[in-house]
Amino acid sequence: MSKRIDVENLNVYYGDFLAVEDVNINIESRSVTAFIGPSGCGKSTFLRTLNRMHEVIPGAYAKGKVMLDGEDLYGKGVDPVTVRSMVGMVFQRPNPFPTMSIRDNVLAGVKLNNKKISRSDADALVESSLKGANLWNEVKDRLDKPGSGLSGGQQQRLCIARTMAVKPDVVLMDEPCSALDPISTIAIEDLIHELKEQFTVVIVTHNMQQAQRVADKTAFFNIEGTGKPGKLVEYDDTATIFQNPSQKATEDYVSGRFG
Amino acid sequence: MSISTQSKSSSPVKNSLTSGQRPKWLVPAVMVAAVVVGAALSALIGFGIATWAIFSAVIFLIAAPIAVTTIEGSRKGSDAALTYVVYAAFILAIIPLISVIWTVLVRGVPTISIDFLTTTMGGITGTVDQAAANAGDRPPGGALQAILGTVAITFWATLFSVPIGLLTAIYLVEYSNDNWLGKVITFLVDVMTGVPSIVAGLFASALFGLMLGPNTRMGIIGAVALTVLMIPTVVKATEEMLKIVPNELREASYALGVRKWRTILKVVIPTSISGIASGVTLAIARVIGETAPLLVTVGYFERVNLNVFNDWMATLPTFIYQQLMRPVAPTAPDPSTDRAWGAALILIVFVMVLNLIARLIAKAFAPKTGR
Amino acid sequence: MLTNLSDSEERTGRRPGGETSRSSLANADTSGGRAGDKIFSGLSLGAGILIFVMLAAVAIFLTWQASPVLDIPATSVSGGEGFLNYVYPLVLGTLVAAIIALLIATPVGILVALYISHYAPAKVAKPVGYVIDLLAAIPSVVYGAWGMTVLSPALAPFYTWLSENFGFIPLFAGPASATGRTMMTAGIVLSIMILPIITSLCREIFIQTPQLHEEASLALGATRFEMIRQAVLPFARTGIISSVMLALGRALGETMAVALVLSTGGLQWSLIRTGNNTIAAEIALNYPEAFGNRLAELIAAGLMLFIITLIVNFIARAIIARYKEFSGAN
Repeated sequence: MSKRIDVENLNVYYGDFLAVEDVNINIESRSVTAFIGPSGCGKSTFLRTLNRMHEVIPGAYAKGKVMLDGEDLYGKGVDPVTVRSMVGMVFQRPNPFPTMSIRDNVLAGVKLNNKKISRSDADALVESSLKGANLWNEVKDRLDKPGSGLSGGQQQRLCIARTMAVKPDVVLMDEPCSALDPISTIAIEDLIHELKEQFTVVIVTHNMQQAQRVADKTAFFNIEGTGKPGKLVEYDDTATIFQNPSQKATEDYVSGRFG
Repeated sequence: MSISTQSKSSSPVKNSLTSGQRPKWLVPAVMVAAVVVGAALSALIGFGIATWAIFSAVIFLIAAPIAVTTIEGSRKGSDAALTYVVYAAFILAIIPLISVIWTVLVRGVPTISIDFLTTTMGGITGTVDQAAANAGDRPPGGALQAILGTVAITFWATLFSVPIGLLTAIYLVEYSNDNWLGKVITFLVDVMTGVPSIVAGLFASALFGLMLGPNTRMGIIGAVALTVLMIPTVVKATEEMLKIVPNELREASYALGVRKWRTILKVVIPTSISGIASGVTLAIARVIGETAPLLVTVGYFERVNLNVFNDWMATLPTFIYQQLMRPVAPTAPDPSTDRAWGAALILIVFVMVLNLIARLIAKAFAPKTGR
Repeated sequence: MLTNLSDSEERTGRRPGGETSRSSLANADTSGGRAGDKIFSGLSLGAGILIFVMLAAVAIFLTWQASPVLDIPATSVSGGEGFLNYVYPLVLGTLVAAIIALLIATPVGILVALYISHYAPAKVAKPVGYVIDLLAAIPSVVYGAWGMTVLSPALAPFYTWLSENFGFIPLFAGPASATGRTMMTAGIVLSIMILPIITSLCREIFIQTPQLHEEASLALGATRFEMIRQAVLPFARTGIISSVMLALGRALGETMAVALVLSTGGLQWSLIRTGNNTIAAEIALNYPEAFGNRLAELIAAGLMLFIITLIVNFIARAIIARYKEFSGAN
């Protein structure tokens, strides 16, 4: 289960304010794509339009096409809730549900939607998801303990397991390691490598080494000044972006000359 | 620095940092003097503990800052003055509280008995009271009907106000996005907080008076009046609790493809349920002692009536009011006064237990975050 | 072309004029209960509107039931001189009781709040906060009972002394009430009841004083008094005013303390003589036995009380709203 994403002429607005201007990008299935760029350049905003999470913010809307294997996420009659069950998302700070156990957190996507699931199916789903998130061995003895009792890195992997349990086609990650220590970060990066075999992964990161370590392709977003919209400047193989970018702005950014 | 001012300092170390300070005994000495002079002055107008305390306090509050000023200057003097005034205000605020609680205990406890809790005022006439007063017996009769009535009416008020309050708070926090309607509702809730309780009672009475004829009295009318008073408290408490649920949890749920209403019911509310429950409990504690609205909507009855849809009912607050204002035996009001204090004790115990429960709920069901 | 419909997820973000696509995305309902969203948001909106309806109903029904008072001949109104002559002593009495309460509770309440926020050691401040909340939790009828049976007799000798020594001041003119159940006592009981309102609101505001301002002041060698004058009070001024207004709103509408404590009577200057009355107490004392014209009269008085408290609360809220804008808090 993995789908490609094709974005055509996407503009994102917050009310009257144009936040991201005219993005065209094709993301291959079973690949890892990193979005890099200075703060406020719209990369997180753009990421959120890929599963219509931006609509949660009052006044935000997008114009353009986002095709998931040829189907427009913004087509008529498309329910954002359906979109989100196909395109999962992992957030900056780990956010397990504090009222639920580890097991229930993994099953949250299923249980919150009131879907009937047999006990054995649920057990299997919990085990496979936690194994998929490299967390099974650490928590298998305390599945009934609250998820918020785990360390930050473990919580983030729990959130990844929770996302995987919904069986999405795409996993979006919004700076998933920015709140974690280096060792937890490495664990997540290893996991991203494995996720690529099943999912299309898109990750926003501030850490350029991380982009180089995990991503097949990298997209550089930039903003010309405050009040101006963010733009996709360059999108290419990660190696090209970091070693031989075609745009001056990209080169300045990746070599640390600004931003 | 000069060393001219270390005259009477009791401090063995004499340096520029400690020079010119008041001796440690100064303030206690002023206090003792104030107490003595206060006793003398109060003796002049007829000695009493209260006058003694007041005179002593006033003298101390004037004399101590002056003493400090003469030694350390006016800046330290004004600082000391404010300090003493602040402490005095605190003591002043505590005195009535202690007096109220003391009175309720001393006069209420002797009245409380199994009989008082399990019987009503049915059949207790002036003659019965008169006889009890003459014999120095425990006051006859009891407050059972009032206890049951309070529970019944509060139950109905809670039943009405909790769903309305909860849903309103959900609208304000989760749906309104601060639009004009949300602002209007927030404003109206604030206005509702300020509605005097007697006006709420008049409203309920007028409303039912139109439907069922004037001077209709029954429990449900009182419950409606209490609902008007309870809703704003429930809305405010719930709103506050919903607001502190991190947005990340909502987003996490949406990102799993969960609908908004399920997110609210299964993620947002469970996360804040302890706060909401304790807020509701406090709201109940607040209306359970309301008297005025019940006086004009429910009336008072000597016997048990559990049917809130028919006839007058007794409640603890109106029981207290009734016993104090219209003693059963006007010539021997003591048994009635005793019953009033007994009922007041029960009422305060209700309120305190509810407050305690609110705190326990907040603690026990708070989301577990410990590692 | 683009509309901003933020409150409905279904509509926001959709491309306007988007053509129908026969995709598996459209019409798929993976989570179920799409109708649930509509029902639930409708329910919560309905509850919000119900509040509006309720308040409107309070105003409408009170006006409706009070309206006969306009048709009654002046001689049929209690007192026989028309409604205004009946109600103005009550309005004045209500204001007097509330003002006495404020005069006492404002300084004490603010100072106690200062004690909690800036004087008491951390270990003491918290329990003291509880105790103040406890004051607020005691039902008004208990305060009334206490005022009637404990405070009034305790103050009676003091009133006698006042009238003997300061009787030349109209407020303290004798003969003082022998029971002590006077306007003054009622005001004192009210002040105890509104004290927690002032204290808890002021405490919140004092605690929010920017630490930087306080430290800046202390670093300049200010004493605690000077620091409070320089940093805390200017910051808290509007907050204090609004807390006092809210307390005033409560004092105006409080019924039982006055109904139980005061032996009511006609309007008069002296605060320590039997007499005076407030709207709330007048209603509580007479409504249970009232019918016909008397009923309309009392409801009309209640309507006046509602309007007065509404204005006071409105002013308090307006101050708070303005203050929030300036401080940027919240």
